[in-house]
Amino acid sequence: MSVLVLAEVDNGVLSPATARIVNAASKLGPVDLFVPGPRAAAEAAASLAGVAKVMVSANSLLADSLVATLSELAVLYPYMVASASSVGKDVMPRLAAKLDIQPVTDIVAIEGKNRFVRPIYAGNALETLVDDQPRHVLTFRASAFAPAASGNTAPVEVLENTVQSAAKLIAAHRTESDIPDLATAQIVVGGGVSVGSVEGFQLIEKLGKILGAAIGATRAAVDADYAPNDWQVGQTGKIIAPDLYIAIGISGALQHLAGIQGARKIIAINSDPEAPILRIADVALIGDLFEIVPQLTAELERLGIKR
Amino acid sequence: MKILVAVKRVVDHNVRIRVRPDGSGVETQGVRMSMNPFCKHAVEAAVQLAETGQADEIVVVSIGPKPANDVILTALAMGAHRGILIETDQALETLAIAKLLARVVDEEKPDLVLLGKQAVDDDSNHVGQMLAALTDRPQATFASEITLDEGALTVTREVDYGRETLALPLPAIVTADLRLNIPRNAALPMVMKARSKPLAVRPAAEFGVDLAPRLKVEKISPPPERVAGSRVGSVSELAAIIAADIDAMEAI
Ligand SMILES: Cc1cc2nc3c(=O)[nH]c(=O)nc-3n(C[C@H](O)[C@H](O)[C@H](O)COP(=O)(O)OP(=O)(O)OC[C@H]3O[C@@H](n4cnc5c(N)ncnc54)[C@H](O)[C@@H]3O)c2cc1C
Ligand SMILES: Nc1ncnc2c1ncn2[C@@H]1O[C@H](COP(=O)(O)O)[C@@H](O)[C@H]1O
Repeated sequence: MSVLVLAEVDNGVLSPATARIVNAASKLGPVDLFVPGPRAAAEAAASLAGVAKVMVSANSLLADSLVATLSELAVLYPYMVASASSVGKDVMPRLAAKLDIQPVTDIVAIEGKNRFVRPIYAGNALETLVDDQPRHVLTFRASAFAPAASGNTAPVEVLENTVQSAAKLIAAHRTESDIPDLATAQIVVGGGVSVGSVEGFQLIEKLGKILGAAIGATRAAVDADYAPNDWQVGQTGKIIAPDLYIAIGISGALQHLAGIQGARKIIAINSDPEAPILRIADVALIGDLFEIVPQLTAELERLGIKR
Repeated sequence: MKILVAVKRVVDHNVRIRVRPDGSGVETQGVRMSMNPFCKHAVEAAVQLAETGQADEIVVVSIGPKPANDVILTALAMGAHRGILIETDQALETLAIAKLLARVVDEEKPDLVLLGKQAVDDDSNHVGQMLAALTDRPQATFASEITLDEGALTVTREVDYGRETLALPLPAIVTADLRLNIPRNAALPMVMKARSKPLAVRPAAEFGVDLAPRLKVEKISPPPERVAGSRVGSVSELAAIIAADIDAMEAI
């Protein structure tokens, strides 16, 4: 019984989520990893503990061509697994339907070889499913699992890529930054629409920088163009599970909370003592973010915090 | 050009749901239901394409119990032309939904199928991709922009690294994200007019699709509860707490 895992590759580099997906998948059996990307990403993947073999191909990341490649490989595997990332969400249901399998996605806990837990209703309920199909198509939330160790040297096999996508990628708009990956960051600082402007959001980013944190945003902040769409946290954005989440000027709508339920500790800064986020925050400071955030940044700098 | 839009009736997204104490599911009795928000964006996109003369017929389809009629009427009031209700009282899995929709695609032969990216009840995010597989059409999921120019479809998608733009040949499948547009609220005359638009009701059994579930739902449980912690009175207290947290993280 072995598991075919689709690795996460972004801009030619293996994403940190892959180590987490490999660790989760290895609970189901030995893992063979398919890397749609360059040789260097495959070498990084081969070092992950639990990986038996790496297959690499210069595949496009578009759903139809990835599915064509994966469905050929799939015949050998009872489990096909990916991260519940934008690529995994795009590809795995298509693969499942092609193989006539009902997929189980966004898994946050593995309770046996065919028993999985996934959130529904924006995380306001958890569904425990038993999947008795002979073969399984699954996605895991990277944030819910610890990363696999490294130090392995699995063999790397190069596959010829012969499939073409019917769709064509004509432009990629990448949010360039040196801040940590949101989905796997240890600290996240999040800003809401109340920051009021792009300049206002820089207060959030400055605080994030000294904490070595990833930056998150609410949908309202993204809709207002204060933050890029890939910073959105929540039901329709990214799911995070940092050790510390600092929510600044965020009301705590259901759909935002859906993305932060895995946070170990939540600190909220809000001017409204009745804001819903305060019902779940571990620590709260009531007040105006425009006063508090610059003071907090300065105070942390004074304490010598620098990550 | 013909557009098919799939719309789902779900518990209204503003409702704070309650898990039944016996673990059998989420309470839906007496709870406000409405069109899945993402489906509204899909309908709006179709209507805008019709308004600019790029589409001439919009067919909406919903699969569900009789009251799912309401979400079809909402779509008709927004500007869709004709509705199909595939009626079933059974809760269907996404694969069965996609198979039913594939039959409708066979019958209707739309150039473009628009769906929401995800239903906010089961949060699956499957059906568009599955329908694309079953009908062997290219897909663009999580769309935040759609342009049609003489049969050439261009879609901007929201992805983890930012945004990307794809060119797709028609026929194609597109799923809508929230930044695609701002759905209109249908004015009263449109709501009245919707009632006179054609709406076919067909039993799901008529389509010859195996609707039996593949998965067993063992239980539905509430998530672990979080409780409010302490409030601090000053920035320096807060800074001290954060500094201590960071020390603890680095100690591990
Ligand atoms: C289908 C659907 C999916 C959605 N998905 C997501 C999602 O993935 N992620 C997401 O975030 N949202 C999502 N939303 C939107 C969500 O419902 C909320 O609208 C959004 O999260 C609110 O963002 P906010 O907290 O920035 O704004 P608001 O709710 O307007 O809250 C602003 C907060 O700032 C506080 N404030 C104001 N001024 C100050 C100040 N000077 N100092 C300190 N505090 C201040 C206020 O007290 C308030 O609590 C979704 C909605 C729908 C319908
Ligand atoms: N019962 C249904 N009837 C019609 N369309 C549906 C139904 N279920 C899902 N869909 C469509 O598929 C999209 C994604 O749903 P899901 O894959 O269930 O998250 C929805 O936004 C709808 O457009």
